Amino acid sequence: MSESASEAAVGLARRWLLPRSVLSGILCVLAAFAIGALLIAAIGRDPVLAYLSLFEASLGSTNGLAETAIRTVPLAFCGIGIALAFRAGVFNVGAEGQLFIGGVAAAWMGLQLGGQPQWLVLPAMGLAAAVAGAGWSAIAGVLKLRFRADELITTIMLNYIAIYFVGYLLHGPLQDPGSPLARTARLATEARLPMLLEGTRLHAGLLLVVVVAIVAQVFLWRSVAGFRLRAVGHNARAAENTGMNVKAALWTGFLICGALSGLAGFSEVAGVQRRMIENLSPGFGYTAIIVALLGQTNPLGVLAAAVLFAALQIGSTTMESAAGVPSALTTVIQALVVLLLIGQNALPRLFRRRAVAGS
Amino acid sequence: MSQLNEAAAAVARRNIRVAFGPVVANDDVSFAVEPGEIHALLGENGAGKTTLMRALAGLLQPQAGSIEIGGQPVVIDGPLEARRLGIGMVHQHFMLVPTLTVAENIALGLREVRTWFPRLDQLADEIDALGARYGLAVNARALAGELSVASQQRVEIVKALYRGAKILVLDEPTAVLTPQEAAALFPVLRSLAAAGTAIVFISHKLNEVMAVTDRITVLRRGKVAGSLRTAETEPREIARLMVGGEVTLPQLEGMPTPGRPLLEVDRLGLTDARGVRRLEAVSLSVGAGEIVAVAGVDGNGQQELAEAIVGLQRPDTGRVLIDGVEMTNRPVAEGIAAGLAHIPEDRHRTAIFERMSVTDNAVAEEAGRPRFARWGMRRRGETQAFAAQLVADYDVRLGSVEQAIGSLSGGNQQKVVLGRALSRDPRLLVAVQPTRGLDIGATAFLQSQLLQRRAAGAAVLLISTELDEVLALADRIVVLFKGRVTGVVARADFSVEQLGLLMAGRTA
Ligand SMILES: Nc1ncnc2c1ncn2[C@@H]1O[C@H](COP(=O)(O)OP(=O)(O)OP(=O)(O)O)[C@@H](O)[C@H]1O
Ligand SMILES: [Mg+2]
Repeated sequence: MSESASEAAVGLARRWLLPRSVLSGILCVLAAFAIGALLIAAIGRDPVLAYLSLFEASLGSTNGLAETAIRTVPLAFCGIGIALAFRAGVFNVGAEGQLFIGGVAAAWMGLQLGGQPQWLVLPAMGLAAAVAGAGWSAIAGVLKLRFRADELITTIMLNYIAIYFVGYLLHGPLQDPGSPLARTARLATEARLPMLLEGTRLHAGLLLVVVVAIVAQVFLWRSVAGFRLRAVGHNARAAENTGMNVKAALWTGFLICGALSGLAGFSEVAGVQRRMIENLSPGFGYTAIIVALLGQTNPLGVLAAAVLFAALQIGSTTMESAAGVPSALTTVIQALVVLLLIGQNALPRLFRRRAVAGS
Repeated sequence: MSQLNEAAAAVARRNIRVAFGPVVANDDVSFAVEPGEIHALLGENGAGKTTLMRALAGLLQPQAGSIEIGGQPVVIDGPLEARRLGIGMVHQHFMLVPTLTVAENIALGLREVRTWFPRLDQLADEIDALGARYGLAVNARALAGELSVASQQRVEIVKALYRGAKILVLDEPTAVLTPQEAAALFPVLRSLAAAGTAIVFISHKLNEVMAVTDRITVLRRGKVAGSLRTAETEPREIARLMVGGEVTLPQLEGMPTPGRPLLEVDRLGLTDARGVRRLEAVSLSVGAGEIVAVAGVDGNGQQELAEAIVGLQRPDTGRVLIDGVEMTNRPVAEGIAAGLAHIPEDRHRTAIFERMSVTDNAVAEEAGRPRFARWGMRRRGETQAFAAQLVADYDVRLGSVEQAIGSLSGGNQQKVVLGRALSRDPRLLVAVQPTRGLDIGATAFLQSQLLQRRAAGAAVLLISTELDEVLALADRIVVLFKGRVTGVVARADFSVEQLGLLMAGRTA
């Protein structure tokens, strides 16, 4: 009796509190930090001081928290989009390009609608960004579904095309007439996302991304379309045999990823830069791939992973000045997380093999 | 129960226990195989046969019990250790890399083969020689992906032998073989046994067990139900041990009263992706209240025919009509809406989502119906209740409907697939090898279900390579050979000789 009750309790805890996937993600992060600490010690610095200053800067003050939250927004938008695409079996790694296209579309729409009320301008900008991002992703979709071109390659190539195309727009047709710089004119107040916190740069994009994460989570695990998306990702042939529309699911993967990455561009433009610039993203769309994997391609998990990576990036400069550890260390930690995530299945086997050889 | 001669045993296992959470797959199981013996391991679906053998092959660790090999106690803590101890297992699902040659597949992971520049030519010669010694025809230089199922299986056996297996475990080796191919396998097993190999043979087909094994151990619900000498027993007694009662396979009775044709296939032709002509002008029809069987040696177009009807493959000529409505090249969903159900041949590739739950698999075809969804959101209570009902109706043995279907035993996975198809009350059922991997009880149950559908006015197209099954159930038999219909025989005129001739391509 009590044994089965305790078994049930353990099962419940497993399922709801700490499923194995979450646990393994946390372990990978901890291990990455541990290896990072060894590296810091190896260059003769103090790992404790380094990590303390890192998190002090990113999480220890209102402003630090706000900056971390701002970073979280684009990482989470792109990460959730990538996660949903991965679930459908679509390896869309084109979030970076989709973000740029979305950003430029949002800025263009914002400039077009100058003087209109905010309730009209902001949704129009968001919509333009989502549609443009989805449209950019759809190019890879057509290439895959029509010509069987691997999206892993086409989306990466489309990233370069997108970034150079945006560069052309900013040097040419969309360039701010009053400036020699490659950027658009400044957006009017109505075309900017409202600020959330007095004295910080935190903008309403955060609310939007949290809502998106919750909706995406519900979509993936509770809706019929989400079920079909996962089924197609697991076994496309069985999905077809059970009457599911495989192409529709793959299209969903391409379009959602493009739309959410486009929204990342929108929130950077309307919330942070207040105009479209050439260096809108320092690789958010690429980091978001790691974020999606670390979040186990679960929208809420991706949101949590995005917070962690944002904190790492925000704290890195302070760590450099306070503890003398190069800020590149955070890039190393991010890369270690990827390697550990990929390698975690091999580790137990490696140990087992040792044990056998030793016996 | 016969006494186990454990001193001489190649393998003896005592009091083995394996549990997956609340499910006890093996409970206090003791079992011994002698060198040179072919030992059958029998039992219902989910009885624990595969689990017991996986523990022997080092793929999982028993929670209790001991294993002895050649009288020495051993701990098998991984597949490598199992291999070192001379244990080889041929899984029901082969594990060959399709883009590599046979020799390369066998070389994979072998310490003996040099890692950087393996001498593959020498290895290939050795493999060919080894195959020849035991009558296992393999071509070591062929690509694994291009081999038939039967030759892939021979490769798996050669692989185990090449790695020095003295104890060979074959998990349902004949399930995927045609009767002819199975008959060809038995002399191989005999010659291996004669050379001193201990063989464990898992099968649900009692005639094979009677023909090829020396001793039998029967598992029932994780426990040993009995251990017998094959020569001293008979199928009825074995069946009784397995299920704890009598089993009689149903037989079609009464003349057909075919109603209007529910399925019409009109001069269907199909060329596959490699440009090979798979079907040529195939015509047949199945009326309401009729079971039409398609017989033939495996690989003569059966799968293509089923998939063209269902909508998974595109025929380039001809038409498919369901209840008079043109359905050629229509999406699968339309067929399902028209009352068509499909039980595909390759369960893992085409029927199930291995890592999704039993519930999700059970409702896969109908997830969007109002019964299971509202406003585009899934109704959890309804879907789980449906899955629970299906599990009860089809006697699926499992721990919970929320467990991944891949963790069910092979036969129980098949029962979920059957339940999914039949519980929709289809008007037209296309069933390809539906009893593959089922135990006798489940086979009898499925066959009686097919007869019930017939009585209720459904049309059944039964595609099977088992001649016994076809003869017992069909109103008419259509024989396929190289993608063409070589003959159609009505029930009154069934004769094994004639069917044999038709299956070999002689047109009537
Ligand atoms: N990885 C697993 N997780 C949970 N349960 C499992 C797992 N593997 C096996 N089981 C359960 O253990 C029981 C025995 O399964 P096993 O595969 O050994 O049956 P079997 O005798 O080989 O049946 P079949 O004839 O259908 O192949 C089943 O109830 C099955 O659901
Ligand atoms: Mg089994």
